[in-house]
This record gives sequence, structure tokens and C-alpha cells, in this order.
Amino acid sequence: MSHYRLGAIAGLVALAGLFWMSAPASAQTEVKSATLDAVKKRGQLVCGVDTGIPGYAFQDSKGEWQGLDIAYCRAIADAVLGSPDKVKFIGTTSKVRFSVLQSGEIDVLIRDSEHTFIRNTQLGLDEPADNFYTGQTFMVKKSLGVAHTKDLNGATICLLTGTTLETNIADYNRANNIKINTLLFDKPEEAFAAADAGRCDGYTDDGGSVAAARSTMKAPNDWVFLPETIGGLQPLGSFTRQGDEAWTRLVKWVHFAMLEGEVLGITKATVDQVKSSTKDPETRRFLGMEGDFGKLLGVDNDWAYRITKHIGTYGEVYDATFGDKGGLGLPRGMNNLYSKGGLMTMPTWH
Amino acid sequence: MVRRPSSRARAAQWLLLGLVLAAAWYLGSQAASNIARRHTTFGFGFLFDQTNFDIPFRLIPWQVGDTYGRALLVCVLNTLLVSAMSIVAATLLGLFVGIMRLSANWLVRNLALWFIELVRNTPQLVQIIFWYVAVLQTLPGPRQSIALPGGLLLNVRGLYLPSFEPGAWAGVAWPLAFVVAFGIPSVWRLTWRGLPLGPKSLPLAVVAFGLYLAGIDHIDYPLLRGFNIAGGLQVVPELVALWAGLTIYAAAFIAEIVRASILSVHKGQREAALSLGLRPRQVLSKVVLPQALRVMIPPMTSQYLNIIKSSSLGAAVAYPELFQIFAGTVLQQTAREIETMFLLMAIFLSINLGASALMNWYNRRVALVAR
Repeated sequence: MSHYRLGAIAGLVALAGLFWMSAPASAQTEVKSATLDAVKKRGQLVCGVDTGIPGYAFQDSKGEWQGLDIAYCRAIADAVLGSPDKVKFIGTTSKVRFSVLQSGEIDVLIRDSEHTFIRNTQLGLDEPADNFYTGQTFMVKKSLGVAHTKDLNGATICLLTGTTLETNIADYNRANNIKINTLLFDKPEEAFAAADAGRCDGYTDDGGSVAAARSTMKAPNDWVFLPETIGGLQPLGSFTRQGDEAWTRLVKWVHFAMLEGEVLGITKATVDQVKSSTKDPETRRFLGMEGDFGKLLGVDNDWAYRITKHIGTYGEVYDATFGDKGGLGLPRGMNNLYSKGGLMTMPTWH
Repeated sequence: MVRRPSSRARAAQWLLLGLVLAAAWYLGSQAASNIARRHTTFGFGFLFDQTNFDIPFRLIPWQVGDTYGRALLVCVLNTLLVSAMSIVAATLLGLFVGIMRLSANWLVRNLALWFIELVRNTPQLVQIIFWYVAVLQTLPGPRQSIALPGGLLLNVRGLYLPSFEPGAWAGVAWPLAFVVAFGIPSVWRLTWRGLPLGPKSLPLAVVAFGLYLAGIDHIDYPLLRGFNIAGGLQVVPELVALWAGLTIYAAAFIAEIVRASILSVHKGQREAALSLGLRPRQVLSKVVLPQALRVMIPPMTSQYLNIIKSSSLGAAVAYPELFQIFAGTVLQQTAREIETMFLLMAIFLSINLGASALMNWYNRRVALVAR
């Protein structure tokens, strides 16, 4: 009998303890993230980006960083620290980018890098959000008279080493029983120069980078993109270290916030007006007027409002980097919203 | 005991050894814990895995799907090729410029001086990229190739030479030609009735050349076909740019070594040789250079080692040497950073130790002969 009673008391105590422990936890929704804490303490986000490629990340004539990946770094800093300027950009080469992230030198890597199986498993990295869909694209001189990728048999193509591009070409050659020769460069500058001089018949990289390369050629209009891409769809996006789910979640939802703004039809210019007048519950949740959509991520509730106000929506950022305003003139294509025939989609905001 | 200088020195050495070992242990355990933290293991088993990339320039057959081990061999040979070419060319050019530097002619002397100062005081990487981008890439495209005498074609893709395709007899004739050609110096030194054979051995060169010609089936001339020149032998501009960059840079330093060594030969030697009636060229080749050579070899060795190490700059101009392929493609595809870096260091170390052992052997030999 006493056994039972003892057991029952112990059970009750344990139950009470559970309540006692869980009650404050649900009220405060403590977000535990070593990286988030470190960023807050430092007062600055350290963001790994490309060393310099138009469209994604480059320094303009005033030394200011510009580009799609840069906008993402700024958005994360804005969400966590309340200012898009509290970022330190670290230019990383394709060789060292993942080591730098693994070793903790940077908080997040947003560097036109493809999300792959090996990087997710063997390298121990999380791949929170795809911010740019592309495919490996070829660019050739018009005078070559080539219209399709499979006609490149025997041609020599310039490209950068330390990437997935080489593997894709090797696979494509084997699958189609042709031979596209490669010439591997360490840095884009020499590769662009070699392509421009005619050392190679063409240049290859992901679609965004090829558009960037074309803009640096002596006569950009002499170059054409081939319509086919190889190696399948390349989702490029952010990388975080595994073992910090809360941080990965934040990086993921910053991307979704930039999409959600566009879905709701809000822009940088209209966000204040929308905030003061809107009655739409989804918009109110998004702008932090209802619910705890910031606290659950470990930031304050105005975070998505701030991103929209300071950086803009995904559509605005795309236009200013790859689109007409950015000078690259790359159509939205796959990177349009799902509702406009693209691949960009997100979970619902509730 | 402790007060005796010898035992104090020994204690200091033991302490130093202990510190070095502790540092090595610390670094090793750091590497091990980093590897463990990244969920990876350390090992060279990947060298037997299949590759999935192409190596654009190689000396031995290679195709996608060969092992990483074979890729390593291909890259080591590429590194050795450009190093050997550069060492030979830099020695000849350096010797030439070094002697020019001591010329009695003002123009010749100062030309050499300007060359040395210009080359020594600009970064080597900049020079290599200069040769590649500013010189070789100004050549016309394949369809406007410059035709040189003898069926040679020159364009932005490189220099195309006619190649001699081996016929049925080549398997026998070519090795024989090789043996005969390399036997000439030995025959030259042979004596017949107390007199050295000397120039009488030269007809052997004709024999070697005849054997080589006998092995040729036909000559394959380079021709424009499709995108590229097909046929013949292609010397790629990447190799030429790297070769030029390594050679010219090292030659400037070697020229100064040559000059210093020649000046180190006592003036009296030259004067004595001249008073014996030797001509200036004979004085240089028979008296001054053999003695200067002894002084020259140790600093030359370090220049050669520099050339070998600098060959890794080829990565900048797309020359597929060891560093480019292994620190780039292989590192990215296998994610084995520590192993690839370890391999690179070990290979460069053994190439350089081998080269310096060879030079030390030569140094000892020359030193003995000269005294």
C-alpha cells in the first residue's frame, strides 16, 4: 500500500514540477541559440559573401557592398539588431567558404552557393532558404554560330575551379557522348579576360553569374546565352552550421518575410501607409501588430516591418540587383512568385 | 653539473625539443578535435575513388572516371614539366644576362641592368598574369591564326606544331636514337691510342637523327576544323605564360648570382690566363666560369627550389598543376581539406628535397674536380 501512495505522491510532485517548469517557458518563449546570442552580444552580424560578383555581392565605386546576397545579410542584421548597417561582410573564395563557416568565423554564409546533398550531410551544414534558382548556363560568342548546348562538342569553355560546374560538364559529356573541354581558373577576373580574348569559346557558371560575366565583356552584345541549362535546377541560398536550429529558423524566415511582403503587395514605399490603415489580419500579423511572430524567433515583433521598410521585398531587391535597375537585365523567370509562374513559395504566415 | 656550460647547453636543447614536441602535440590534437567536430574522418582512401572532372592539359593519358591517385600523378607531372622547363631556361638566360652585366660595352651592360632591376622589383604573380593576359591573349582567334613557316600555327589558343606520327618501326628506332644521342658525351670522352675521340664522335648524332627519321610514319599538320585547330601538337598558352613568368623572374636573380660568382674569381686568374695568350672567350670558358661555378651552385639551388614552389602560381592562369587541381577541384569534390593540404605539402617537400639532394651531389662533385 505504502508503495502505491509513495508512487502517487512522486507522480504528483513530478507533474507539478513539469507544470512549474513548462508554464514560464511558454509565456516567455525563450529562444536558445548560441549564434543569435553571440550576434546580439557583438552588436554586429558577420556575414560571409562572395569576393565580388555583380548581382550577388560586389563593392560599388564608393566601396559600398551591393547585391542580392548583401540584401539578405542586411535583412538578418535588421531583424536581430534593428539596423541593416550592423553587418560585417567577409568576402570568401569558393575554396574556403565552407571552412570559414564551419570554424565559426562567420555567422551565416550567403554566397551564391548551391544547396547540395554533400554540403548538407558530409560538411555538416544546414541549408535554410533558397534565395535564387538558376541552372548552369553557357554563354558563347555570337560569331561562333552555336545555338544549343549539345553543339558545343569540341569547344573549350572557361570556368572557375572549386565548384559544381566541372562535375556537371563531366556528367553532361558522359551522358551525351560528347567532349566539351574545360579551362579552370582560380579567380573570375582572369577567367573573364580569357573568355573575352577568345582563349575559350565560351564561359559557364550559374545563370546569374553568367549574366554578371557578360556585363564585364568588352562588347556584351556579342555574347549570347544558350537556352538549355545543364546539371538540373541549381538552388542557391544561405548556409548555417548544424546544431543551432533556432538560428537556422531565423535565417529561413527572413527569406520568407521578404517573399511575404511581395505576396501582400507591400513595398518599401507603401509599408508605413499600409501599417497605419490595414485591417487585413495576415498583413497585421506580418507587420507585427498582432501575435508574437518575432518573439517566437528570438527577435522583436517589428522585425518583418523593418526588413520591408529598410531593404524591401524580394521582388524589389531582385529588380535592384539582377533586374533592370541593377543593370543586368536578367528576367525574373524561375525566381518569380509561384502565383506568377515562378518557383518562389513559402509556408503560411499564421 | 648544471654549472658546466656543456650540460647547460644540453639541457637547453632538451627543453627546446620538449617545447617543439608539445607544440606538435597541441597542433595535432587541435586538428584531430576539429576533424571530429566536423563529423569527418582522416584518411587517404579517397585516392582510390573515381573522379568526375577533367584535367585540360596532361602528359599521360587521362579520362574522367580515373582515380584521384591518377589525377595526382597527372598533376605532379604537370608541375615537374613546367619546373624543369623553367629551371633549364632560367639557368641559360641567367648565365647570359649575368655575363652581359659584366660586359665592357655600355649598352649591353646597362640593358642587362635594366632587365634585372625591372624583373626583380615587380611581383612574380603580376608578371605571370601579364604574360598571359597582356601578351598571349592579344594573339588572334583560331580562324585568323598566324601561319608560321614549317606548318606552324599561332593563335590565342597556343602554338600548334606539326607532330611526327610514329610508324611501325618507331618502337625500335626511337629508343635506339635516344640511346645513341645520350651516348655521345661518353663516346666523346673515350680515348683511342691515347688521344680523346672528341669531335670524331659527332657522326653518331647523324646516326641518331637518321634513326629518328626512320621511325616517322607521316607528319600531322595542324588544321582548322570546327571550333579549334585539330591535329599536330598544341603548346597551350597557360604553359607558356607560366614558363615565361617563372623563367624570367628567376633568371634575373640567377644573373646576379652569376655576376657575383664571376667577380669572386680572383683578378689574378684572369690576368694570368690572358698573359698565357688565351683569347677572352677562352678565359671565360676555361678559367673563370669553372671556378665561378663552385661558388654559384649553393645559391642556384635555392633559386631552383623557388622555381618549383612558385609553379603553384600556375593556378592563376589556368595551368592545371598540383595546387590548382588538388587545392581546388579535389578539395571541393571530396571536402578533404586537411588531407589534400597534407598531400600538397608532402609532395612539394619531397620534390624539393630531391632537387636539393641532386644539387648537393653535383656541388660535391664540382668542388672536388675544381680543387
